[in-house]
Amino acid sequence: MDIRSQVAMVFHLDKCIGCHTCSIACKNVWTDRKGADYMWWNNVETKPGTGYPTQWENQEEYKGGWVVKDGKLQLRLTSKGKFLQKIFHQPSLPTMDEYYEPWTYRYEDLFNGPEQDDQPTAIPVSKVTGQYIDIEAGPNWDDDLGGSPLYARNDVNLSALSEEQRLQLLSIETLVMFYLPRICNHCANPACVAACPSGAIYKRGEDGIVLINQNVCRGWRYCVSACPYKKVFYNWSTGKSEKCLLCYPRVETGQAPACFHSCVGRIRYMGVLLYDADKIEAAGLRPDAELVTAHRDLLVDPNDPAVIESARKNGVSEQVLKAARQSPVYRFVKDWGLALAPHPEYRTFPSLFYVPALGPVTYSVEDGVALNPTSTEEIFAPLDQARLPMSYLASLFGAGQEAPVRYAMKKMLAIRTWKRATEVGDVDLKVALAGLREADCDPEQAEAIYRLTSLCGFEDRFVIPASHREQAVEVLTNPLERKGAAGFGFREAPQRGF
Amino acid sequence: MLTNFLFVGFPYVALVLAIVVSILRFTWRPFSYSSLSSQFLESESLFWGSGLWHWGILWVLSGHLFAFFLPEAILAWNARPLRLYLLEITGLSMALLALVGVVALLVRRFTDRRVKVVTSPLDLVLLVVLLYQVASGIDVAIRYRWGSAWFSTNAAPYLWSLIKLAPRPELIAPLPWMVKLHFLSGFTVILLLPFTRLVHFLVVPIWYYWRRPQVVIWNRKGLR
Repeated sequence: MDIRSQVAMVFHLDKCIGCHTCSIACKNVWTDRKGADYMWWNNVETKPGTGYPTQWENQEEYKGGWVVKDGKLQLRLTSKGKFLQKIFHQPSLPTMDEYYEPWTYRYEDLFNGPEQDDQPTAIPVSKVTGQYIDIEAGPNWDDDLGGSPLYARNDVNLSALSEEQRLQLLSIETLVMFYLPRICNHCANPACVAACPSGAIYKRGEDGIVLINQNVCRGWRYCVSACPYKKVFYNWSTGKSEKCLLCYPRVETGQAPACFHSCVGRIRYMGVLLYDADKIEAAGLRPDAELVTAHRDLLVDPNDPAVIESARKNGVSEQVLKAARQSPVYRFVKDWGLALAPHPEYRTFPSLFYVPALGPVTYSVEDGVALNPTSTEEIFAPLDQARLPMSYLASLFGAGQEAPVRYAMKKMLAIRTWKRATEVGDVDLKVALAGLREADCDPEQAEAIYRLTSLCGFEDRFVIPASHREQAVEVLTNPLERKGAAGFGFREAPQRGF
Repeated sequence: MLTNFLFVGFPYVALVLAIVVSILRFTWRPFSYSSLSSQFLESESLFWGSGLWHWGILWVLSGHLFAFFLPEAILAWNARPLRLYLLEITGLSMALLALVGVVALLVRRFTDRRVKVVTSPLDLVLLVVLLYQVASGIDVAIRYRWGSAWFSTNAAPYLWSLIKLAPRPELIAPLPWMVKLHFLSGFTVILLLPFTRLVHFLVVPIWYYWRRPQVVIWNRKGLR
């Protein structure tokens, strides 16, 4: 047993309104620089859609994540033997065209343009070349299903659907969508770390945040291809890779990261998870169908004395252990089974979990009035009548398995009906209670889920122990030197080359 | 005098600067060590340019190094004409691959609008010198046969004399000027090494084969 602590996250998709405030908060703090201007460490995608970079989920093309080969866990990108062959040219590296070419507008033309008959316009200019560009794509080009014949139709997850289901999904009368905010998952088994030729990417032992040491990175680009979520980015100006650092200077002092803090829908939760690092490899070797369970089994009970003892041996502080016992993430993922990791079949074991979007309720309507369910069958009927087929969500969150998604959705529907019965009173309490029981829930748990979903304050959503990393460092070494080694804050301009 | 300057002074200056500046740069400006890949901006022509160049030059360079370290072995191998032809043809074809590659890289530097943005004057100088180095090598290989023979008898001893700090430039005195220019541009490449993106050659990540797949760094315990 090798118990480690991980700052983990839950995004509650039912609450996401797709406002992109998180993306902007992140952009303003971290990536508003030359070379990083095309990066969105946090982005919000519309699903169904092809996402950013386009079709990032297509691993046939991008070769991200892990595969089981000859009974061993291996990077999909390349075997260790053939590793260096790809160093001169990465065949699966997405180029700028797969993201978008960043641009701005020549605003000064509006003021300085010559006197003429027409209004002056601010033409778009590339932030790479400074020249005029014909904008062909941008981040969120397919926002809210914009251009869906091109984008939504090419969503990789649609391959899990039947032809009929696909047609239904994309016809105008039955369109459906939801938002998927994405950041680096700070995986327990990160493919980017394993692929880095220079060993520049590392996972911090204390909190599991994955960082790139900018002084060691040599720009070999393997990490960009190896990350199945495409959340490592290549800075074309400095020749170094960069990624989301989970705002660790904030997390270390007990504050939520910028994207979490600014979230308007309050969809984001952050807390500590304890996991058993010894079991990662065995878990990664399990077949697709068992991956959701295998992942949950990695996450251990913070109240178990054996777990606590092993964690202490690894130097996990009492403060962190206490936070782990109050972790909202643990409740969503383990206690309640509501939150699921994205694409578990990539076998990186993300530390970011999503509560799937329930979407609009589709109870039958008579004379313009929605009918409330009168039996348990009616409570759960929307699951299979929903516009968004369960198989789509299963492809996204269940490695193709519907059961874990159905379990979460069922519970949420049951709680929705239960609260309707207790708060509004137009649903039979007995029916609602039977629904709860069928969804493996009880009134007590329903109330807890309801409170953490709807009435959650700042302290409920973010249970982040201050790490006191700075104190620990000062004792050991020159703190400024240590800062450089942590991949942040070295006192040198991020200048290209010598 | 000129011979001493070009074939004794210059190589020492290049070599000493290469070693000292590379180490200083690695120590004081580690951030500047990068392959500075531009594949993200342009991938298709890089596939041909970079691929042909690297594979070609790796073989040619290892041939040179082999002849440098084991000149007798090359002479013994060349004892049979068929083996000599095989060696020379292999070397020449690899050099041609490298030539096509470096030309493709140069053209790409001038034609792609995005790659132009990340092209520094030194990048161009380096590419031109490399182009000259490969082209002059091919010229020498074709006109002054057989290079693998006289490299082992003249060039290798001369280079060793530099290493042993007892320079004997007279060893290469009888060689044609074209060959001497090939030497000079070779020393120029060494001189450029620490100042350009060529430093990526010094940090080829062979350690990857020996390291554990996951890197975990603990604040207290250090690397694990």
